[in-house]
Amino acid sequence: MEILSLLGQGVLLSLQPLNLLLILIGVTLGLFIGAMPGLGSVNGVAILLPITFLVPPGSAIIFLAAIYYGAMYGGAISSITLGIPGASTAVATTFDGRPLALQGKASLALVTAALASFVGGTVANVLFTLFAPVLAAVALSFGPPEIFALMLLAFATFVGLGGDDIPKTILSICLGLVLGSVGFDQISGAPRLVLFDISGFLHGINFLVLAIGVYGIGEMLWTIEQTRGEVTTTTARISVRGMLSDTRESVKRGWRGTAIGSFLGFFVGVLPAAGATPGSLMSYGVAKMVARRPEEFGKGHPGGVAAPEAANNSASTGAMLPMLTLGIPGSPTTAILLGGMVIWGLVPGPRLFVDESEFVWGLIGSFYVSNVVAVAVNLAFIPLFIWMLRMPFTILAPMIFVLSIVGGYAATRDMHDMWLIVIFGFAAFFLRKFDYPLAPAVLAIVLGPIAEPTLRQSLLLSSGDPSIFFTRPIAGPITIAALVLIFLPAIKLLRRGRGKTMADEG
Amino acid sequence: MRTGEIVTAGVLALLSIYLMWKATELPVGYISREGPGGGAWPFWLSAIMLICCAMIGLNWWRGTSPPSRSEEPVLDSYGWRMLLFVGGAIIVFVGLVNVISMYGAVAVFLLYYTRFLGRHGWPLSLTLTIVTPIAFFFFFEGAMQITMPKGLPFTDPIFNVLYEIIY
Repeated sequence: MEILSLLGQGVLLSLQPLNLLLILIGVTLGLFIGAMPGLGSVNGVAILLPITFLVPPGSAIIFLAAIYYGAMYGGAISSITLGIPGASTAVATTFDGRPLALQGKASLALVTAALASFVGGTVANVLFTLFAPVLAAVALSFGPPEIFALMLLAFATFVGLGGDDIPKTILSICLGLVLGSVGFDQISGAPRLVLFDISGFLHGINFLVLAIGVYGIGEMLWTIEQTRGEVTTTTARISVRGMLSDTRESVKRGWRGTAIGSFLGFFVGVLPAAGATPGSLMSYGVAKMVARRPEEFGKGHPGGVAAPEAANNSASTGAMLPMLTLGIPGSPTTAILLGGMVIWGLVPGPRLFVDESEFVWGLIGSFYVSNVVAVAVNLAFIPLFIWMLRMPFTILAPMIFVLSIVGGYAATRDMHDMWLIVIFGFAAFFLRKFDYPLAPAVLAIVLGPIAEPTLRQSLLLSSGDPSIFFTRPIAGPITIAALVLIFLPAIKLLRRGRGKTMADEG
Repeated sequence: MRTGEIVTAGVLALLSIYLMWKATELPVGYISREGPGGGAWPFWLSAIMLICCAMIGLNWWRGTSPPSRSEEPVLDSYGWRMLLFVGGAIIVFVGLVNVISMYGAVAVFLLYYTRFLGRHGWPLSLTLTIVTPIAFFFFFEGAMQITMPKGLPFTDPIFNVLYEIIY
């Protein structure tokens, strides 16, 4: 009862006119920043942080959290309408969101994304409210072996996502991981893989450089070549009746994915350093596995949009938990929020809930309000995003190319990366022609910098004994599940091959 | 497609070997009390890539992957033309950024694509060509405070006017 009373006070606090206005502005700004390829919640929160010194700390964090929420909703928009994931958290949304848009069902994809995000956010808020201290303790028990096992599980789901050609999928994963290791060795600080001794590689390869190259350039070239420039995105229409029908369809076909994403996303988001990307990917993989017709995933299934979208929203709330209770940020955006809190004189950690009760519950209350405002603002803007799709392809295509290059530069501010985007784009175009799945590479470049140090720390802990991943109570089951997932397609293929041979002999 | 499949696998195998060699600049084995060396992660991953390339080659030889069975060309005449006119334009676009600024390059690319590839009328093409870079300027430089490349000094007078509006 005490929690409900505190939460009620928090909601009332966030409904005060100034806070409500800040939520509305923050969510709308976040939506558009998140929808822009190359910009994400981290840019919005970082840029607008100085503005928050004009208002009291409670209102300031509410404003920044609203931007964070809006950007999480916005990430799906560029994934669905342009086919370019604006942030790593929205990569999995392109798998089914883009095919739906190409089939003229962009409205269904956008409505599904909005509703799933809302449910994911709400489930996460409730879990956050009820179990914050308990979950923070569980998160703390995740050491390097557990985090690496989790990364292994994420890579294992890639193998399932990549289709039948397992060598090409594994090659794609390894390529992404190697590209993610370019720059400096994180532990010794020595330069590593400075390719062709070009100094531009010293700062590593940003995830967005590969993502924009693959999706913004490569995928677009492929689409133009395959469709001979006659892309059918222009059939997208929007009406109130249509949106209601889309809502019914998204609930009917997307509920399972939403439920999986909401819970799985939250628990992965809570873990320090994991964040929303593995959460959204695992949710997509699990939703595909448990679907009645998994073969429809990747071709435009609402469940394939619902699972990652529910997960990334849920995880973004989950990532706040270790930040508030332990002072450990779960994502780059929460790291900036943490910095802001320290500047305002608040000390994140176990004492925060006791010492700054009004602040904490005001923030939690604002999560609920921001979530409602975000879904309303998002649904209200869907006609605008659909209108964008109705543009002739000969206008949309150059705009996507321009957004890719400009957005790519905005993210890294380096001309070396612009050329890399172009090279990755052309490489992706040709690799796609030969059925190489590229999404695993894009996701691997994000997870590689988490996976490598945790693997090295784990092996250091065990003096080089890999059994550490099997003997620890949390890491063990996760590692075994990952290995089963990795070898399952290979066993299936072998069986199929043996069955075929026997049939041929018979 | 069949030839293309094995050529691509060969190129990726060469890339894997290069990455393995490059990774050996740092220790690739286990160092006592330090754990795996700095080059171990990329080295062994590149080795797995090389094994995958060999498997792709084996599948090609057995004709089990769709591209290895296809007799179609990798690109037909439309594909090569598209790559030349669209892909080439993207290369020129990036090349122009340091000459006529990011916004100038955006304008030239949009004019080329909408007017000459898209065959839209001059009014629409010019409107997009002028409005888009200006909107981008105010969004990135004004709202997001992200500075884009300004090109060679001859673009300064234009940017001076625009900066006076912002500041």
